[in-house]
Amino acid sequence: MTKVEKIEINDYQTTNHEFLAPRRTRLKEFWHLFKQNRLAIAGLVIFVLFFITALAGLFLTSGHDPVFDPALVRLQEKLRSPFSQPKIDTLMPHEIPTVGVYVMGTDDLGRDVFARMLQGAWVSLTVGFVAVGISVFVGIFMGGIAGYFGQNHIRLDHILMVCLLFAAGIFIAMGEFFSGSAFLIVFLASVLLLFRSMNKMEMRGMSKWYGILKKDTISIDTLIMRIVDIMLCFPSFFLILTVVALLPASIYNIMIIIGLTSWMGTTRFVRAEFLSLREQDFVTAARALGVGNFRIIFRHMMPNAIAPVLVSATIGIATAILTEAGLSFLGFGVPPPHATWGNILSDGKRFIFDAPWLTFIPGIAILIVVLCFNLFGEGLRDTLNPKLKERH
Amino acid sequence: MEQTISSNNSVLKVNGLKKYFPVRRGFFQRIGGWIKAVDGVAFEIEQAKTLGLVGESGCGKSTVARLILKLLEADAGQIAYRGRDISKSSEKDIKPLRKEMQIVFQDPYGSLNPRMTAGQSIEEGLRISGVPGKKRKERIDRLLNMVGMSYGSADRYPHEFSGGQRQRIGIARALSVEPSLIICDEPISALDVSIQAQIINLLKDLQDELGLSYLFISHDLNVVGYLSDQVAVMYLGHIMEYSRTAELFENPLHPYTLALLSSVPVPEPGQKLRMQSLKGDVPSALDPPPGCKFQGRCTLVEEQCRNQEIDFYDAGEGHMVRCWKVVKK
Ligand SMILES: Nc1ncnc2c1ncn2[C@@H]1O[C@H](COP(=O)(O)OP(=O)(O)OP(=O)(O)O)[C@@H](O)[C@H]1O
Ligand SMILES: [Mg+2]
Repeated sequence: MTKVEKIEINDYQTTNHEFLAPRRTRLKEFWHLFKQNRLAIAGLVIFVLFFITALAGLFLTSGHDPVFDPALVRLQEKLRSPFSQPKIDTLMPHEIPTVGVYVMGTDDLGRDVFARMLQGAWVSLTVGFVAVGISVFVGIFMGGIAGYFGQNHIRLDHILMVCLLFAAGIFIAMGEFFSGSAFLIVFLASVLLLFRSMNKMEMRGMSKWYGILKKDTISIDTLIMRIVDIMLCFPSFFLILTVVALLPASIYNIMIIIGLTSWMGTTRFVRAEFLSLREQDFVTAARALGVGNFRIIFRHMMPNAIAPVLVSATIGIATAILTEAGLSFLGFGVPPPHATWGNILSDGKRFIFDAPWLTFIPGIAILIVVLCFNLFGEGLRDTLNPKLKERH
Repeated sequence: MEQTISSNNSVLKVNGLKKYFPVRRGFFQRIGGWIKAVDGVAFEIEQAKTLGLVGESGCGKSTVARLILKLLEADAGQIAYRGRDISKSSEKDIKPLRKEMQIVFQDPYGSLNPRMTAGQSIEEGLRISGVPGKKRKERIDRLLNMVGMSYGSADRYPHEFSGGQRQRIGIARALSVEPSLIICDEPISALDVSIQAQIINLLKDLQDELGLSYLFISHDLNVVGYLSDQVAVMYLGHIMEYSRTAELFENPLHPYTLALLSSVPVPEPGQKLRMQSLKGDVPSALDPPPGCKFQGRCTLVEEQCRNQEIDFYDAGEGHMVRCWKVVKK
């Protein structure tokens, strides 16, 4: 028979201290891979240039007495071609362009296209970043909940309460007459809330009714993912058009609407990542240590889920810029006189044969910026793809 | 509410532990059957002792670990930590006890957060134990030193370490909250043989030094025999045999234990084996047949084994076994 004592384990040697491999941080490794992708580098460079231009544009075209005034009308100087000299004798001193020539020509009102492009760059940049910021925020939030708490069920009383509060919100929004009923509804909702908090007290007589209220309906995951499916059913551009038609035109509304109609992809990403992450041993270890849910989500899981989100966000910025340009082109975007690349393009289309620069300059600018974000995003994706690391 | 199960020296006592997983089928996700992953498991771990839990893949070892750590809710049974039943306690009640029981995982690659340095991973434990920020760095270095990692490991990310080194960091993380029981869920099966020995010796040294208790899960009877004071042999959610290590190796009673022992490499080549090695795969834990769970693969199977449910039987001096053959003798 096998005896434990006979098994020679004693001559296993114990090494005292493990030595370590040479140092190479994640960032270095990332950069090493990333810089091999020429197109992505080009994308990054253009992105940085665009960022600087837009920032400069903000400072140079705004304020009381801007260096480049995008709103200054010189009717005698309309439709001048790029690099043409201004006719000094017909202009007031403050109407002479700062750099001495019309770098990008003038439009049908004699406004300096260069100044307008600078102003538009800032609009494009902010629309891109703010809209994507909103969509990423909503996406991470929804996806995180669906992935981490998804298996929990929503009870009937939760639904009732949300419906009541929602109705109250609408009534308040609708004006004075309805506010009275809104208060009633809020009151009902708080009664419901009270019931919920009495959960532990085990009310005797009420328990039957309460039992009905506590009935499970669908899981949180199902709810969120069905909302995503529904949102994806709408062709998003037409959804945006519809909403924009109802709301007052302003740059902030555009940002918010683009953001709120493009979070679905991020939600799916984050949910999928969370579903696989929450089963991983390091998350289990964190739970076993007693780390709280909040910290597990944001400190342990989110950094591991953020890479694909970052990639889709970068490409999302391009989409948002394009959407804003499209909206402005159709006249639903940022209201004039504020210049955006989309409405410069739109104004220029009437003079496409007389003044082709009015369409080509904003068109090419949009093309380059969108392309650079796409290239950069794809470079990021390739670099962050773990399978690629093995190849190098 | 909380029931006390008195026992003088026991750190953990588990009794009648059950976990059935529902199997959902079809479009409406109706429950179509139950996987009896853990079906009435009972054992006890004493202070500074090691219990080895052996069994083939899928027999429910990891599920037992997760149940004890309250990462899964048990369907039935008691889990008594130092006499206090925690099986029904809520997450809030359990929080202070979380520090007492820790786990070391099988997969060294999945058990460390790839976006946290070794030091940050360990720091999570120190934060939980309320070690003030200033003292943490020193403690991290001390813990890493304790598990045999060199100075400077704290700032490195998991991908910069080898499997064995990661396992050491995993152990350091478990030690960071100063637990009294560590569940080692196959901590060495993913490692190279020479590294296995190092980790085993590290675990043993730590036990001597800190007075830790271990629940050591493995499918390798050899390793379990070396490390454990007691061994529980598990099969399809049941514990088949449970006794002191020396007793189990000298006088194995259950046919399954015999089969497992015969698959342990024997130091003396000429030695005769009492039973052939196991044939076939572990049957599914989904709706197992009545009677003994091992009936399908047992060479000594009889009529009684097929129909009659079998209970633990004490074959003397706490050598528990679950086999009709032994009962009849
Ligand atoms: N969350 C779960 N849902 C459904 N079934 C599960 C779940 N976790 C485990 N099981 C099932 O329970 C049984 C026991 O699984 P467990 O992981 O405990 O086995 P194990 O003994 O640890 O195996 P191994 O040696 O491969 O790690 C398996 O049949 C498995 O399929
Ligand atoms: Mg396992």
